[in-house]
Amino acid sequence: MNKLPKGAITTIRGKAIAIKGNDIDTDRIIPARFLKCVSFDDLGGQVFADDRKEQNGSHPFDLKALQGASILIVNGNFGCGSSREHAPQALMRWGIRALIGESFAEIFYGNCLALGIPCAISTQKEIKELQDSVMQTPSLEWTLDIKKEQIISTCGTRNLRIDQGAQEMLIKGNWDATSELLDQKEDLNQARARLPYLNNFKAIES
Amino acid sequence: MSSGTLYDKVWNLHRLRELSSGSTHLFIGLHLIHEVTSPQAFAALKEKGLQVLFPDQTVATVDHIVPTTTHQRPLDDSLAEEMLSTLESNCSEYGITLHGLGSNMQGIVHVIAPELGLTQPGMTIACGDSHTSTHGAFGAIAFGIGTSQVRDVLASQSLTMSKLKVRRIWIEGQLNKGVHAKDLVLHLIKHLGVKGGVGYAYEFAGPCIQSLSMEERMTICNMAIEGGARCGYMNPDEITFKYLQGRPFSPSAKDWGKALKWWRSLVSDPTATYDDEVCFNADQISPTVTWGITPGQAIAIDEKVPTPEALDPNERSLAEEAYKYMDIVPGSTISGLKIDVCFIGSCTNGRLSDLQAAANVVRGNHVAPGVKAFVVPGSEQVAMAAQAQGLDKTFIAAGFEWRRPGCSMCLAMNPDRLEGRQISASSSNRNFKGRQGSANGRTLLMSPAMVAAAAINGKVTDVRTILTN
Repeated sequence: MNKLPKGAITTIRGKAIAIKGNDIDTDRIIPARFLKCVSFDDLGGQVFADDRKEQNGSHPFDLKALQGASILIVNGNFGCGSSREHAPQALMRWGIRALIGESFAEIFYGNCLALGIPCAISTQKEIKELQDSVMQTPSLEWTLDIKKEQIISTCGTRNLRIDQGAQEMLIKGNWDATSELLDQKEDLNQARARLPYLNNFKAIES
Repeated sequence: MSSGTLYDKVWNLHRLRELSSGSTHLFIGLHLIHEVTSPQAFAALKEKGLQVLFPDQTVATVDHIVPTTTHQRPLDDSLAEEMLSTLESNCSEYGITLHGLGSNMQGIVHVIAPELGLTQPGMTIACGDSHTSTHGAFGAIAFGIGTSQVRDVLASQSLTMSKLKVRRIWIEGQLNKGVHAKDLVLHLIKHLGVKGGVGYAYEFAGPCIQSLSMEERMTICNMAIEGGARCGYMNPDEITFKYLQGRPFSPSAKDWGKALKWWRSLVSDPTATYDDEVCFNADQISPTVTWGITPGQAIAIDEKVPTPEALDPNERSLAEEAYKYMDIVPGSTISGLKIDVCFIGSCTNGRLSDLQAAANVVRGNHVAPGVKAFVVPGSEQVAMAAQAQGLDKTFIAAGFEWRRPGCSMCLAMNPDRLEGRQISASSSNRNFKGRQGSANGRTLLMSPAMVAAAAINGKVTDVRTILTN
């Protein structure tokens, strides 16, 4: 499997995989019983566990031709519901390194970015065409270019939208925000000293 | 862009600077943690050699994995025990207050923080749980985060975030008898959609909201996330202040006058501008029940399950999936649908007034044969207050089980779960496929009073028919 994301991320190369349907929630991506863990390490095998069981081997994540795929193509409001980071962690540990969809739920989107996984946006029509070509030719190799906001294959090039802030963080490799936040120690101390509710409202005149 | 709203004011007070990525470095006033989304965050801190910056601004409890039949240690489930003991050792190592098992302050994180007075107007509040929007009922800006962000808040008491747009949802009128906050919020999500709120904070306002109790307000803000809005809030008023006065972590009597003055200054200005405004009328809302697999797939109790033709073309494929999964026929009535399990509890509807509303329905009645019905108070405080009023006896006499506090069958991370294709009437917040612990279990969301009515009749029932008898 690919190494987990690290540092600057400019392109993602590999096969793609499609999951169709709107409003696919994070309980579907990783059912709650798998949240009983103190580490994310083993989540890869449990991604979409109930859907895969129900589809008995025919779920895209079980199809032999799609094993090793790194780009996931989805529809609208993907990742809604619970804030569990276990959902993108499970996708990432299965091998997903980028998502392309019509839209993403906000917390899921932020969780992906914090792991170095871009979520790019395209139109309903373009997504359907992408999903169809992935399922028709699973062996196709794709390149997601973060800077150019494009997905490229031998079938051609399609334009995508990647939020400017996310694009910058990925390209510069500062999507792992902790150190940048800690650089602002003085701001943090000042905020703590300034906010009325942390200081017995002392600056407020009664 | 919005201006002059409570959201703008609280955002500006906590905004530290714009980061190179264009997002904002935002200070977090109160950080709440629990056993499910924090262990990996503490592990990451250790891996990076970092400390918890301001441990007194983080508060912990245990809720998701707690069994509700007994809180005895060690827990029977060794994975649950490992999660709980990991939380205990992390809190002890980093000096974080834990309201753990055995404490009379333990309970669901979104129930205990408000009832202890930790949640206050004007705060930014983050927690690794999407229902953190609950705390917005007090005029706080509160939102759910993932585990990487939990790590960031532990390390820096801050995170990166982009400012949301603000939609004001104005509610005219008053809720009718037998119609509750849960019905109102399900009605709103039905009309605005499960992704209608993506990119927005929802400000709930208007005469109906002003008339609601804090517990009813929390039910509405709790489910903002089910409408796609990461954050929902209400302007604080006299009802908010009265609720907060005298709670263990509320401002002291000495500081109370100053706190009130500051809180009042945060309310959205009459001249505030919003990115969007919508209006609803509470008078027209009936008890509302979900029939499908998202909280937006809801109907009034006297309506029929929509046919595909009646739906927006973009909603049809999800509706088809829902008919099949739920085994519900388009065009059928929801009233009369047979129920196997009744669950009253959760961060949406596990507070004292929720239990009172349900008790008023069950008093003098009995759970229908073959139905399993149980009540899980949201916290130890709720349980004690309910027991002091004899509500536990009312429920037990009616054939309900009376359990210990926790998240329970809202997400079934503890032993409480549906079996096979069982169908539940549930006062919780999500009816997703498999949500209540069985991969093909089915959930109907409704108010606690409606769950109580379903328990009595063994089928989905308009609670107003029981209340008038």
